[in-house]
Amino acid sequence: MPIVSIYRDHLVEALGQSLITSEKDMIMRETGSGERAKEASEAVIYKVEVPANRYDLLCLEGLVRGLQVFKEQIPSPRYKRVPPASGEMQKLYIKPSTQEVRPHCVAAVLRNITFTSESYNSFIDLQDKLHQNLCRKRALVAIGTHDLDTIKGPFIYEAKPPADIKFRPLNQTKEYNAVELMDLYSVDSHLRHYLPIIRDKPVYPVIYDSCGVLLSMPPIINGDHSKITLDTRNVFIECTATDLTKAKIVLDVLVTMFSQYCAEPFTVEQAEVIQCDGSSAIYPELKHWEAVLKVDEVNKKVGIRESGETIATLLTKMCLKSEVIEDGSKVKIDIPPTRADVIHACDIIEDVAIAYGYNNIKKTIPNSGTIAAEFSLNKLTDLLRQEVAMVGFTEALTFSLCSQDDISVKLRKDIKSAPAVHISNPKTLEFQVARTTLLAGIMKTIASNKNMPLPMKLFEISDVILKDNNYDVGVRNERRLCAVHYNKNPGFEVIHGLLDRIMQLLAVPFSRECGYHIRSCEDATYFPGRCAEIVYKGEVIGRLGVLHPDVIVKFDLSLPCAALEINIHPFL
Amino acid sequence: MADLAETILCNLASADAIDSLDLAKQLNEEHQKIVGAIKSLQSLGEVIQCEQVASKRWELTDEGRQVLKNGSHEAHVFNAIPTEGITQAELMKIVPNAKVGFSKAMSAGWIQIDKKAAGGPKVTRKVDSIEDKVKLLLGQIQDLSVNDVTEKDKLEFKKRKMLQEVILKSYLLKKGAEFSTSVEKPETDLTPEMITSGSWCTKKFKPYNFDALGVTPPSGHLHPLLKVRTQFRNIFLEMGFTEMPTNNYVESSFWNFDALFQPQQHPARDAHDTFFVSDPALTENLPMDYLERVKKVHSEGGYGSQGYKYDWKIEEAKKNLLRTHTTAVSARMLYKLAQEKEFRPVRLFSIDRVYRNESLDATHLAEFHQIEGVVADYNLTLGDLMGILGEFFKKLGIKKIRFKPAYNPYTEPSMEIFSYHDGLKKWVEIGNSGIFRPEMLLPMGLPEDVVVIAWGLSLERPTMIMYGIDNIRELVGHKVNLQMVQDNPICRLTRPATLESCYVEEPSSHWHGHIAH
Repeated sequence: MPIVSIYRDHLVEALGQSLITSEKDMIMRETGSGERAKEASEAVIYKVEVPANRYDLLCLEGLVRGLQVFKEQIPSPRYKRVPPASGEMQKLYIKPSTQEVRPHCVAAVLRNITFTSESYNSFIDLQDKLHQNLCRKRALVAIGTHDLDTIKGPFIYEAKPPADIKFRPLNQTKEYNAVELMDLYSVDSHLRHYLPIIRDKPVYPVIYDSCGVLLSMPPIINGDHSKITLDTRNVFIECTATDLTKAKIVLDVLVTMFSQYCAEPFTVEQAEVIQCDGSSAIYPELKHWEAVLKVDEVNKKVGIRESGETIATLLTKMCLKSEVIEDGSKVKIDIPPTRADVIHACDIIEDVAIAYGYNNIKKTIPNSGTIAAEFSLNKLTDLLRQEVAMVGFTEALTFSLCSQDDISVKLRKDIKSAPAVHISNPKTLEFQVARTTLLAGIMKTIASNKNMPLPMKLFEISDVILKDNNYDVGVRNERRLCAVHYNKNPGFEVIHGLLDRIMQLLAVPFSRECGYHIRSCEDATYFPGRCAEIVYKGEVIGRLGVLHPDVIVKFDLSLPCAALEINIHPFL
Repeated sequence: MADLAETILCNLASADAIDSLDLAKQLNEEHQKIVGAIKSLQSLGEVIQCEQVASKRWELTDEGRQVLKNGSHEAHVFNAIPTEGITQAELMKIVPNAKVGFSKAMSAGWIQIDKKAAGGPKVTRKVDSIEDKVKLLLGQIQDLSVNDVTEKDKLEFKKRKMLQEVILKSYLLKKGAEFSTSVEKPETDLTPEMITSGSWCTKKFKPYNFDALGVTPPSGHLHPLLKVRTQFRNIFLEMGFTEMPTNNYVESSFWNFDALFQPQQHPARDAHDTFFVSDPALTENLPMDYLERVKKVHSEGGYGSQGYKYDWKIEEAKKNLLRTHTTAVSARMLYKLAQEKEFRPVRLFSIDRVYRNESLDATHLAEFHQIEGVVADYNLTLGDLMGILGEFFKKLGIKKIRFKPAYNPYTEPSMEIFSYHDGLKKWVEIGNSGIFRPEMLLPMGLPEDVVVIAWGLSLERPTMIMYGIDNIRELVGHKVNLQMVQDNPICRLTRPATLESCYVEEPSSHWHGHIAH
């Protein structure tokens, strides 16, 4: 969940009263937990954990507004978009060249705004927060804000080859072309993360004004020319995107939060975006929409019994202005553009529950009776684990991911012949493949515990992962039992004895026809002539034997070793 | 030895007290042997009383004994000087230990040196005869008539390494309460013969040392984490929950994310967070009817939802991965339930491995165990979820729990679960929970009035806390500490001072069994 840091003094000033304990409680109720940050400096900073879908609480302005509405100090604002006083809307034309790289763009104007250094910083911080969160590190949406008085519309959104783009980027002293810029920013701790979004594209997106001034090269950097300052009075906002819905939300959040500082608060000057097919759209959308919920339904889902009026009051406190309709049986809710997280009645019901207070809801137990059952494979596993431990083996619990070498080279096998699942994006060699045998993990466990007294007798009953086209994902798990004896002598008879005991416990007789037997086989992992396959009702279910000396050495061990590995599914 | 012990007892019979050193002299035995016999007499109980005593004594060193025998170094020097004198160089050559002897003879005024003599410094006698007082005094010390020797002399001799002070430890023996001159050797242990013959009733037995530890029984051992897993399984079974088949670690993105109404651009679907599978890379076999409904609810909405309004792609849904939560299995189970003719209420649980492609540290691994509980029934409420969670955590010995709003793409409402930590005097997070969204359940075909509640937590975290393990690698994986496995106690969750009082650290993301993103 995103963390928003706020100076206590700013919060106090904005709320217009000193922050008493109950206010802190409010923060906690409204947004989750309010935790006092460590006092690094003199100023007290509150770190507020905000749910990842509440974009309207990502800045001081939004948090204060939310608290004031919750405290019923102010009504929830009604956000409006209006045409400019001049009658001439700012226009932005989207050129077809953008369609392959970053096809969408929305825009709006904050007119007659007055920044203070606090609100200016908050404006920048909010863009940062949105970029990290909703904009998916600028991959989905990138925001550009410009001093409208330094540029002149109409604006052109197009895409050009990198070498043809030349401008002075934000906070730089000279001009660069886009190729040079990519190079320049490849060492920038902040911007380098965004370069891959467009780096390999043949054309890069750019926005120009009517005089050919470059506003921005999204999603990397703005031009220096149109940068906003504390003195900026009119802000032109553009959001370019690969996801139009997200772009609209981002624009709505920005303008609803900061139109509060405009001469006419909560009012936003609209702009026209002309698509490459010639159609046009007016932004920001700032759509308020209505939902109607049955009071009964709300009570039933939360587990409370409250009147329509109470529910409407609770929702209104949550910035969802509500009124009772149809004799109190229903509630009509106005969902403001700040609440893009509300997409279903259940989202509204959650707000009722939050405003009511989760911990005030009466705990109840559903009365349906259900008959429990264990998963048969897990039940067998647990029974066998007990028994194998009883005969003196200690249980290991190893990773199901490992390196290719663990299941191939170290076992004297070819990785190509293993039905192994390969991981495409492992961060280390330890997670290259899913294991196809439990043996490697146990050998590694012994290697990490060489200080333990001999003999070491370890076992594990767990899943290996095998490619298998009979399953929808092309893979199945197989539950195996693996046991290893490590001592000054191989102890084949110990492992063999364990097999006999397991079969005895599974009520499987030693019989070629109707039970189990073992027969000699060759397996590169095992010492020649010291390996047998275990046959159960005519099918091979595993192997046992003395490990090949090379295998022992490759696992960084030095003593003889006998092992057993069987599939336990046939015994279900 | 027994003979010696009896001899000692005989000696003691006629005396009030005997010192072991005197005994040694008297019996002409090494003192050590006497001490051994005394020890074995002591082990018989109250036969003798024994008290350790220490005494100090002066004793000649080897050098001291040499001097006593042959005379002091200074006497040697004096005797080596002929009446006409001798060069110092020559003197030094012919007399052993001449250096010490020379300086002592000089300071005693026995000899003199003429440094200006022709042919080098020359030494001559200064007196006609001498009395070798050193030898005399050492003789007196040896004869124990030490009183004639002054402390000053003794210290001087000690300095010259001819004398040393030794501390003698000996035992002062007295008769004990059960004193007797005949010794019966006690039996070490009961034997079958003694039982048969009945001789045990007249025998004496050596006392046991109850301060020693017993012999470790030969044994196998179960793994601590799986012992805790067993207890969690039992809790679910006690509460009527059926275990889900979670033995499918590789899952399609469809079941792991899309079916849960988790949008395709969600950060959890990033390669940074999730292990994707390159071989076999794709799931080809998806339930197409259902998939179409899922696609629609993501991209356009429906079932009362506005949807996420984005371009949903089947290619994204087909991507195989290592499941990031067991909720993927819960989704499969709920879908299966929805395909049954008539809905029936179910309670389901699972405890199995899940995977996160995250940076490893002392509390985070790329694979860990998620505990998950799911209840599907008509008209369940948030109060029901809180009630069931209350019962569940009560069985873990956690009585005080609270709930906090949270966000999770597939549950609404969502609640983080906190328990009060008595030691830290604060609330700490112990799990995640919520009600599955209608956008997840309705496309499956579940009836509209069916509500599904669920919660999750990790198995590793409570286990580490319960057993006081700081580094998760010591618990899970091949770097496990086997000694810890072998010494590990049985798992009793509701014992005081176990789980509840143990939640000491900030919760790691592993607690977010259910959410984590």
